[in-house]
Amino acid sequence: MSEPVQPPLVPTPSQTVGPFFHFCLTDTTRGRLFADRASRIVLAVRVSDGAGAPVTDAAVEIWQPSDVKGGDAAFGRLATDEGGTCEFDTVRPCDPVAGSAAHVNVCLHARGLLRQLYTRLYFAGDPALDADPVLALVPEARRRTLLATQDPDRADRWLFHIRLQGQDETVFFDV
Amino acid sequence: MSKRPGSEAAGNEPPLLYPPYVSTRLRAPSQPLVILPERLSDITAPVYGWWDPGERDNDLTRQSPEEPQGQRIIVAGRLLDEDTRPIAGALIELWQANAAGRYHHASDQHPAPIDPHFTGAGRTVTDAEGRYEFTTIRPGAYPWRNHDNAWRPAHIHFSVFGRSFRSRLVTQMYFPGDPMFDHDPILQSIPDERARQRLVSRYDLSLTKAEWALGYAFDIVVRGRDATPFETPR
Repeated sequence: MSEPVQPPLVPTPSQTVGPFFHFCLTDTTRGRLFADRASRIVLAVRVSDGAGAPVTDAAVEIWQPSDVKGGDAAFGRLATDEGGTCEFDTVRPCDPVAGSAAHVNVCLHARGLLRQLYTRLYFAGDPALDADPVLALVPEARRRTLLATQDPDRADRWLFHIRLQGQDETVFFDV
Repeated sequence: MSKRPGSEAAGNEPPLLYPPYVSTRLRAPSQPLVILPERLSDITAPVYGWWDPGERDNDLTRQSPEEPQGQRIIVAGRLLDEDTRPIAGALIELWQANAAGRYHHASDQHPAPIDPHFTGAGRTVTDAEGRYEFTTIRPGAYPWRNHDNAWRPAHIHFSVFGRSFRSRLVTQMYFPGDPMFDHDPILQSIPDERARQRLVSRYDLSLTKAEWALGYAFDIVVRGRDATPFETPR
């Protein structure tokens, strides 16, 4: 591979998605991933701000491997509702790389976010968490902010709370 | 250590917290981002195989039986990565207010007329040279409640997928010479004036169609120097 000869360009700056994106970016059909799979889970994502108030105008994007190694990955996108939540109907991903724990990549857009935020959703109780190299980069006390927990009333439903700011603030990544 | 050039430090990107933009105050994370080395990233692959734009999706003036009100414009440009390589086959989504400055959105209560013939949403896929083109109408400025007598300069929202999830870009395109630039905290959140200018489209006579529509050029550059294309999880 030869190196490109042109001087590098500077990326176009980010701007907020604003509050009025729904009619373009989010309809209800982008919340179901891997439609052909029988064994399914629900990822219930909740977003709240520094005052603990629900973020009712976020666009939540997820990007995850399938439940089988080597399968195609999939992308989903939903808007949060009046409770600051949205629910993806998907599969539990496989471990993408040997030695790492299964996770779902999350990209968050909202009014008040001048840049998108990246985080990761892991599954509480997964024995692979201890060896995950990305979790190892996160201060131990904050790792639990990346764990989805099983709904006590429904084993196939996982709850993931994204706290944008303040106590138990979710870990966000510079990717 | 991050390999990245420190776009925020260089003033090319807005900070997360910019108090003049009031909505950042309770939404910007206060902890530093955790740097994810590229070798640990698995988010490098095309992500939007689910979307096939329709024939009229890039012409916002022909999505209704009648034409929308306003000044017809063409917005076109190229999608490039940082090494000036064109990005082909990339999904670009666009949304905007109508000519009166009102969105097709239930939460927009600005008392300006709704245009029944204008939704203000479009999408397209870049061609082999990374080119895209939209036909739309020039959006109006609109008031918002960020501060006293606050108005957003006219703008068009863009959502772009590059070669990977990390090259994802959501931004806004502005129009040249808008007197509201200096008063807009969203645009002014970008510290560097040259970086702000990258969001301002350029009037382009070669894109302008005689007796039909004004043309504005807007090239988009996404991250991608360090992206590994088509890495499938194994």
